[in-house]
Amino acid sequence: MTGQQASRVTYTLDSSLDSVNKVEQTAEQLARKAGVDEDEIFRISMAVREAAVNAVLHGNAYDPEKRMTASFENTGASLVIRITDEGKGLDPATLPDPLAPENLLRGSGRGIFLIRSFMDEVHFKQLHPGTELTLIKHLGTAPTGA
Amino acid sequence: MSMKISTRQVDGITILDLGGRITLGEGSVQLRDSVRDLLAKGQKKILLNLGDVNYIDSSGIGELVSAYTTVRNQGGELKLLNLTRKVHDLLQITKLYTVFDVKDDEASAIASYAHA
Repeated sequence: MTGQQASRVTYTLDSSLDSVNKVEQTAEQLARKAGVDEDEIFRISMAVREAAVNAVLHGNAYDPEKRMTASFENTGASLVIRITDEGKGLDPATLPDPLAPENLLRGSGRGIFLIRSFMDEVHFKQLHPGTELTLIKHLGTAPTGA
Repeated sequence: MSMKISTRQVDGITILDLGGRITLGEGSVQLRDSVRDLLAKGQKKILLNLGDVNYIDSSGIGELVSAYTTVRNQGGELKLLNLTRKVHDLLQITKLYTVFDVKDDEASAIASYAHA
């Protein structure tokens, strides 16, 4: 544990692209503050952006009555980002594999795949209604800086 | 945060110089509209210069795929030029790098199109 620890910050946001951008930028700041390198900052902020897009677009379907929450925490050992929506729920087991030959030329369906590719742990929780996605990036013992 | 697009013609090939971010919303829509306009005008040999694209999300990747299939389905050719390392890596991860015809030199990219 180092002095990097910070309390959790949670935002409640409307279902808009502005919210997606805010969540992405906040993730980037969190990662940068934690001292991870530029490539890792890109991966983390992109994964979080994809999760926020998922919440706003697929979960809440841009419904102005529905909110997304996004919480950000540096535990010292990990960066933990939680995104929730109020949509009808997402079962990750039903998502088609975007790398399967029959899906390669599809125009969508790569968001969750990218999230899983870029984060160390991804957890789905059904909220009835809605989905909570928890994205975790373990911090190395020797941050490389940038 | 938005994407910039400019269009030029070289030896019968339409080059779209893209810059900025191709993401859900503005960037993806701009790209879709631009390709659609070109096809409507009968310009079916298209080279997307991504050299100044510093960010692309899954929506933008999907838009590149859609542009590729739309152009191909109309008998045209769409190729990619000057991928940044981030975009290159994303296309590798998503196994799309081998789907697209990717070039890193404009002159040879132009020469690679089938000439009528």
